[in-house]
Amino acid sequence: MAVVGLSVPRVDGPAKVGGTARYVDDLTFPGMLHARTIRTTIPCGHLRGVRLDFDVAGFTVVDWRDIPGRNCTLHITDDQPCLVQDEIRHVAEPVLLLAHEDRDALWSARVHLTEERDEPMLDPETAPREHAHIVISDGDVEQGLRAADFVIEGEYRTGAQEHTYIETNGMIAVPEPNGGVTIHGSLQCPYYVHHALATLLGLPDELVRVVQSVNGGGFGGKEDYPSVIAGHAALLALKAKRPVKLVYDRAEDMLATTKRHPSIVRHRTGVMKNGRLTAMAIDIVLDGGAYVTLSPVVLSRACLHAQGAYRCPNVHINGRVALTNTPPNGAFRGFGAPQSQFAMEVHMDRIAEALGIDPAKLRLRNLLRAGDRTATGQVLGDSTAEIVLREAMKRSGWRRKRVAWKGTNRGIGLALFRHGAGFTGSGEVQLASRCTLTTTGEGVRIRVANTEIGQGTCTVLAQIVADALGVPMAEVAFSVPDTADVPNSGPTVASRTVMVVGRMLERAARSLREQLGALSPAGHFAQYGERSVTTQYEPPPGLAWDDKTYRGDAYGTYGWGCDVAEVEYDAVTYAVRATKLTAVQEFGRPVNPVLARGQIEGGSAQGVGWALTEEVVMKDGAMANAQLTNYLIPTTLDTPRFETVMIDNPYAHGAFGAKGVGELPMNGPGPAIVNALRHIGLDVRQVPATPERVMEAARGRA
Amino acid sequence: MAARKVTPRLIEMTVNGQAVALDRPPMARLLDVLREDLHLTGTKEGCGEGECGACTVLLDGQPVCSCLVPLAQARGREVVTIEGGPADHPLKRAFVEEGGAQCGMCTPGMIMAALALPPHPSMDAVRHGLAGNLCRCTGYEAIYRAVQKAAAERAGGAT
Repeated sequence: MAVVGLSVPRVDGPAKVGGTARYVDDLTFPGMLHARTIRTTIPCGHLRGVRLDFDVAGFTVVDWRDIPGRNCTLHITDDQPCLVQDEIRHVAEPVLLLAHEDRDALWSARVHLTEERDEPMLDPETAPREHAHIVISDGDVEQGLRAADFVIEGEYRTGAQEHTYIETNGMIAVPEPNGGVTIHGSLQCPYYVHHALATLLGLPDELVRVVQSVNGGGFGGKEDYPSVIAGHAALLALKAKRPVKLVYDRAEDMLATTKRHPSIVRHRTGVMKNGRLTAMAIDIVLDGGAYVTLSPVVLSRACLHAQGAYRCPNVHINGRVALTNTPPNGAFRGFGAPQSQFAMEVHMDRIAEALGIDPAKLRLRNLLRAGDRTATGQVLGDSTAEIVLREAMKRSGWRRKRVAWKGTNRGIGLALFRHGAGFTGSGEVQLASRCTLTTTGEGVRIRVANTEIGQGTCTVLAQIVADALGVPMAEVAFSVPDTADVPNSGPTVASRTVMVVGRMLERAARSLREQLGALSPAGHFAQYGERSVTTQYEPPPGLAWDDKTYRGDAYGTYGWGCDVAEVEYDAVTYAVRATKLTAVQEFGRPVNPVLARGQIEGGSAQGVGWALTEEVVMKDGAMANAQLTNYLIPTTLDTPRFETVMIDNPYAHGAFGAKGVGELPMNGPGPAIVNALRHIGLDVRQVPATPERVMEAARGRA
Repeated sequence: MAARKVTPRLIEMTVNGQAVALDRPPMARLLDVLREDLHLTGTKEGCGEGECGACTVLLDGQPVCSCLVPLAQARGREVVTIEGGPADHPLKRAFVEEGGAQCGMCTPGMIMAALALPPHPSMDAVRHGLAGNLCRCTGYEAIYRAVQKAAAERAGGAT
């Protein structure tokens, strides 16, 4: 029986609801030490001295001089030191690592840092140094602006956002008798950690092993940061010659780890009286924090989504990431696209307001259709922008509520958006991912580096393999991502796992099917022993991308979505409550509808938090509200009810028609909610729309 | 005066139906005692300050954050953790089938809080009853569906 398209219960479900799933903090090893990180307290300056005000007996102490390889956390580049040697670039930068078998002794140890303060750069707009700069240019913007009936300008801002996975970052490092080290921990990308550790420790690849433990939530927050914490645990373990566990508490996780990049986006748009867009000039500034991490790639995605879901003959996009003295910002679901599409979508409602036409009508006039060109010159093979918009209008009762709620404290707003599925441009080709299927006595096992982080990887990939191989799902096992066992099938990011890795597995399964002849995988194994098939990524035919000019097919395909938000506004407290969100999304075809729906609902809820309550308050370069008491992610009472619609539009080059769905839902709620506030008459151009900001807007309310 | 002999004062309680006696400081967090002394690692720590509810257990049938409960307060009382109930409890099954669990880190606490809801809770009662348990993955809708499904199963089943 075919299982793709069915809501097969998640295979890791019983362990998770029974409390037997083992997360990193649930693991212990004989002789294991506990660890702690001593961090800087100033945003910028120099480290002049370290004094240990405790008896070091029983402690393992590590500083930069203990690093056997290179003092860096290698990612896109090598600018970020693993441990501070001299220059301090942000608060909470790691300086010293301590380990002890007794946690009370560990946490009572006092260390004094002598820090010399320089003037920090905290404003991304005036900060002189950049991590990256991208320009996309199409047509002649100045001419397009001159030809327009109106030119409408605006500035839009979004705040930092903390991932707030319920499981904080944590790693255990185990020294091996051969001089190597094995890492067990909460992560998304085993080979990223492997690569960083081999560099840091100066070890050959085969002496570094990275094993994923059950992951309690990632959302991008465990894409790059695990390399930092794994490096710290490994240095301690190699020096102590004992296993070392390093698990952050909530405050440390919020203070020290990455956030979503704050953004400032300016639009200057030419528009005709009939609503047709003639030119878009878009300026994007992202706050990158102190080190590069993934900022250039986040900026790339921000720029490539900045024109939103609209066609326009003349587009100029100028984007940069500023270096500031805050902890580095990094990957977070959506990866730049929520920021730039927030600006585009709020700007569209301001254009509609200026022209006196319905926001949905303005979008219908301009949305990208199949055959239209984007600013990089990509001709869209398909587009469901119109379908998702019309469906969302119908489902939500858009026209009726838009009229009936006018002048009340209820508002309804929408946002139309897209999300490029998989890596940008030539990313997948350069990555050259591989995945393997291997026969066993029970059937077959999947060997990939892609991780189950709650989204359903181990279930959905097994569904794909079961159908492509023609075996019951019970015969398909998902191997623990362990760099000693699985090939590098790439990171678990960019909504690529089902579409890209699933497709490779589908091909591997079909190839294995041919090799097995009439035998079942287990039957073949019994007769001939283990048989493996490995496939490598193959790009869909006809895709072309030039990294130098930023021209070509930025993504193989796009998911499309339209969210309609309904809100209530309290004119006394200025509090805004989102009551309902209608989310209509097209991402090819769901392999497992219950799990896909979970991505839409969960991603949308994160978007609601970003829009209304989640404010990272920065003081002198550090998060001032690093606790769940006043960094507020939505509870059951803050989350709207969701109506979810999945539009079917199979993608020829994804596994069983699937595109990526993980990030798409993050793009809509922010602008939809702010546009609903505009319907009430509240001119908000920044998220989170806290009561303080809404109060400001209410003062200007007509 | 001769030093008085100090006998360790064991703290006794019932955990998942079993009587236990522990030689631990009275101010030790119940969460740590469950996870480290009793090896019941199904109870999770999400924040350590009573905000997230990941460490929720039942204390005499009431949901509490075990990170905020000193061991002494559990003396003589009955503690139930996620490992306590039957593995095929309708609520646990419904969480799997409806997608109420994703990463699973909030799930044990969420299920313990849901077990303390009235037998046939209104949607309002569900939302208020679970308001102390944060989930970052699901947006809660799938959790509501799971709770309702389990309640419907109870209503339909033999009494």
